[in-house]
Amino acid sequence: MADAVRKATRESYGEALIELANEGKNIYVLDADLAEATKTITFKKAYPDRHIDCGIAEQNMMSIAAGMAACGNTVFASSFAMFASGRAFEQVRNSIGYPHLPVKIGATHAGISVGEDGASHQCCEDIALMRSIPGMTVIVPADDVEAKQAVKAAAEIDGPVYLRFGRLAVPVVFTEDYKFEVGKGAILKDGTDVTIIANGLMIERSLEAAEKLLEEGISARVVNMATVKPLDSALVIESAKKTGAVVVAEEHSIIGGLGSAVCEVLSEEYPVPVVRLGVKDVFGKSGPALELLDKFGLNAQGVMQSAKEAIAKK
Amino acid sequence: MIEASKKKQLRLLACRVRQLVIEGTFNAKCGHPGGSLSMADMLTYLYFAEMKVDPQNPKDADRDRFVLSKGHCAPALYGALALKGFFPVEDIKTLRKYGSYLQGHPDMKGVPGVDMSTGSLGQGISAAVGMALSAKLNKKDYRVYTVLGDGELQEGQVWEAAMFAANKQLDNLVAVVDNNNLQIDGTIEEVNSPYPIAEKFRAFRWNVVEIDGHDLDAIEDALNAAREQKGTPTVVIMKTTKGKDVSFMENKASWHGAAPNAEQYGIAMQELTELYTKISEEA
Repeated sequence: MADAVRKATRESYGEALIELANEGKNIYVLDADLAEATKTITFKKAYPDRHIDCGIAEQNMMSIAAGMAACGNTVFASSFAMFASGRAFEQVRNSIGYPHLPVKIGATHAGISVGEDGASHQCCEDIALMRSIPGMTVIVPADDVEAKQAVKAAAEIDGPVYLRFGRLAVPVVFTEDYKFEVGKGAILKDGTDVTIIANGLMIERSLEAAEKLLEEGISARVVNMATVKPLDSALVIESAKKTGAVVVAEEHSIIGGLGSAVCEVLSEEYPVPVVRLGVKDVFGKSGPALELLDKFGLNAQGVMQSAKEAIAKK
Repeated sequence: MIEASKKKQLRLLACRVRQLVIEGTFNAKCGHPGGSLSMADMLTYLYFAEMKVDPQNPKDADRDRFVLSKGHCAPALYGALALKGFFPVEDIKTLRKYGSYLQGHPDMKGVPGVDMSTGSLGQGISAAVGMALSAKLNKKDYRVYTVLGDGELQEGQVWEAAMFAANKQLDNLVAVVDNNNLQIDGTIEEVNSPYPIAEKFRAFRWNVVEIDGHDLDAIEDALNAAREQKGTPTVVIMKTTKGKDVSFMENKASWHGAAPNAEQYGIAMQELTELYTKISEEA
């Protein structure tokens, strides 16, 4: 893994937008003065007439995107996760979600891996907010390969989509033959003692944890759950039945994210011990991203510890 | 000047829209009659004299668009749409009732002729801006109209939209401000004054037209002027009377969001029927 190619999923987002337009897809890309950071700048250079900078006004941008979508356009609206899901929550809910318009929200700089900018910009609540909106598809890609496929899949959905991308360069974990499917989880490694359900940058850490757990005689299944909504409930339940214990690992608050989504399904359908690994109802802090992830326990060690806790509760 | 017979027809239609506002809110036992009545003349002119819309083809890609940014005044919009033929007038009686497509605030998914779902103030004008921008980008010549409340101008998003629309030179966009001077908690000056409204829009580099919102000739002149304007969006700031043409509702903030009871319904409908008859009998 250490030798893998590293790339931030926000980079993949910008590149996938160009590929979509190259393929003849009629898309427009909106940004709120963050094109350099969200990487829609790469799209802007290739398709200047299809990129609209709305300035520092995320609420207006989301409703403009809705108006454009109501006129038959597929629109990607980009900002940092904090502002896309937080600042403009009600616009996303009422202008985009309620009329179920095909606006694709490309939210970058999600989670604490934003790093030095600190808590004001480290959004760990976006999944909770976005998945509460009826009809919203929520996708958290793990790497470059998945992110690009997710962008293209989002463009084909006749409704709103929230795409969550990171600032930090992460290893490319999937090979080109990997096929992302909206609403479908993927078993990356099978096991029998515990299931680790993860997404985003926690995939790399969960795979590493699974390898180390195996050295300790613990067999862990690793499930990539890129689509948080609609959740692949069947795979969650099947995994719970097979392994009897579940860890959910995500770079998000333990309140309202993938961990909550998994608990909602299992508590009603097949209760087994679940340990949620995430940001524990606290704000982030400034610091180098990798150091922060370690400090917040969002590393392979944290996943291993969570796995053992879950197994102990069986 | 609007030709006499056309003007008479528009006045009668505006009166009918007002009757449907009373009909709808009375049957719903709730809703927003005050601001619906104040913009009834503008709405009537837009749907019966200004916009290119076809009730037989409500999703025509080239149609003019209307966004009711002050979405709570849906009763007037539904009245105009029903009279235009988008859906049966009789359905107005189902307003706000469970199972009706006539939701409390406009729902573009359910109501034929509604171009944008609105209700949360400040968002409609941005959506209208997005539609006007789409026309430019997609090289279409349709125009986009939106009506805002004057209290709505307190929403910051309105000014985000105003700044953007002028910067993008959206001369295919007309925003109408229904300046009836009243909001839920009192006069707009008492609550949080948006005045001077014209100067604010001028500062945002909009073409500004100020009119009496109950004068159909003035409405026509304003919208014609907007059509001639190149390179900037137009705002029509219209002075109106909240609760217009229903005597006990006029200029009363309390009629912002309250429905008439049976007795009040009777009085209101009688007044509007008398007005209708009076207009009909004019030369």
